[in-house]
Amino acid sequence: MRPFAFKRAAAPADAAKLVAANKDARFIAGGTNLIDLMKEGIDRPNELVDISRLSLSVVRSLAGGGVSVGALTRNTDTANHPLVKKDFPMLSQAILSGASPQIRNMATNGGNLMQRTRCAYFYDLGTPCNKRQPGSGCGAKDGLSRYSAIFGWSESCVAVHPSDMCVALAALDAVVNVQSPDGRERKIKFTDFHRLPLNSPEKDNALNHGELITSIDIPKNNFAANSYYLKIRDRSSYAFALVSVAAGLEIDKGVIKQARIALGGVAHKPWRASEAERFLVGKKAEPGVFQQAAELTLRGAKPLSENGYKVKLAQRAIARALRRAANV
Amino acid sequence: MLDEIKPPEEQGLSIDGSRRDFLKKSAVAGAGVAAIKLGGAVPLVASEPAVEGGIPVEKLTVRLSINGKEHTLPVDTRTSLLDALREQLEMTGSKKGCDHGQCGACTVIIDGRRQLSCLTLAAMCDDRKVTTIEGLAEGDKLHPMQAAFIERDGMQCGYCTPGQICSAVAMLEEARNGEASFVTENLNAVARGQKLTKAEIQERMSGNICRCGAYPNIVAAIEDVQAGGAK
Repeated sequence: MRPFAFKRAAAPADAAKLVAANKDARFIAGGTNLIDLMKEGIDRPNELVDISRLSLSVVRSLAGGGVSVGALTRNTDTANHPLVKKDFPMLSQAILSGASPQIRNMATNGGNLMQRTRCAYFYDLGTPCNKRQPGSGCGAKDGLSRYSAIFGWSESCVAVHPSDMCVALAALDAVVNVQSPDGRERKIKFTDFHRLPLNSPEKDNALNHGELITSIDIPKNNFAANSYYLKIRDRSSYAFALVSVAAGLEIDKGVIKQARIALGGVAHKPWRASEAERFLVGKKAEPGVFQQAAELTLRGAKPLSENGYKVKLAQRAIARALRRAANV
Repeated sequence: MLDEIKPPEEQGLSIDGSRRDFLKKSAVAGAGVAAIKLGGAVPLVASEPAVEGGIPVEKLTVRLSINGKEHTLPVDTRTSLLDALREQLEMTGSKKGCDHGQCGACTVIIDGRRQLSCLTLAAMCDDRKVTTIEGLAEGDKLHPMQAAFIERDGMQCGYCTPGQICSAVAMLEEARNGEASFVTENLNAVARGQKLTKAEIQERMSGNICRCGAYPNIVAAIEDVQAGGAK
């Protein structure tokens, strides 16, 4: 591993300034992804700014309903927090489906948003990867694409975002609060936080270098009674999703008033099925309707040579997640 | 003749010594050989190069609390907690399996929670309380989880065992505290002191891989402890 200077930040603004001043500096908190990337030589910072002791681990109710979870709240604590379990059980389920207990005990919410893809080509220094080394090409697109994207990919990158938590946060219309190095704070809609690869897959999200996530707000909604996180993977635990679905429904007398659907494992970011959500409003909460919503969502899918199975899998997963959410 | 192919007594190592002692001494001998092969120009421990790849190598002093004992330790900023334990403190109970956070062999308990020491920087452990496999027994009295693993034969090669045991001890504490898992039926009905089903134990132990496949016996050992301890 490349040597690095180690600094401890005294406050969020201080941390943001330290990292902004050096393009090769990184924040470190849980370290579960960054340390691994550094051991592999994929990320080679020369300075780490330790933010793990900052006071950014508060979980609290928001005025007008909803919950705010701290950037440094551990994934385990977020999933088990009474406010999260009660009002956003889909978020707890999504977090608990990810990684292993040890990793969830270490990993922070902010770090979960910042984790990099697990595309095998990104991890293999001997192969081309535009995300790791811009301009080198994409090995996955015409290579081993079983785990790759079926939506939103570009010629330069077909990687998928690995998080489960983020799929639920996308469905829940969360908002990311950010501390900028110039002292200002800004809010980023969760669905705008992660980006599609386009011609710059090295950039995963909307943050500028040095900007620090401080908390994530989840606005009040009425999906708690009818929500579900479904994860399909190669083994039943401790594996990344082939396809996952976060589904939330607001149902009144059997009729859908609102719907939220987000998919994991299919794109460079959590993939919102907005068309299906609109289709479901005003319809009866029944399996035939859910099947139509699922088919609608996959109509625009563009599978690669080895991941055609994801089209059918995602379709069935959406229909099943909606049935589970609606208890029908 | 290389030291490593001489019989132990010719290397000045007692043949009565324990296997662990022998391995430790051999490792030191092996390190000497590596240094000679490199022309003796690369010091392996003492007087680190000040610069590597144009970047200064930074040393820090950390205070580690391991199994109730305080240690003040100089570490390279890059040193993982696992390497600090094994290489600097000679506590080789915590194992290095994959060194990438995938196998769980390095699991230790930090401030009451099971974590991966291979993905933890020693520099970030200042004033944290760390419990390793060496800290579970009380003198000659094994921790109930250690006794249960022996009773149930919860191992074959034994390499993953320290991680499995540390993980299992902390896992039962998490369950007692009312933490949920992905297979928990109703998240909002989890009570403190919950009793875990076999499926719950399997899910909650999925971060510890056993290459030999001793899983059924590991789960049985954990069930024993949950039910009131190994006989």
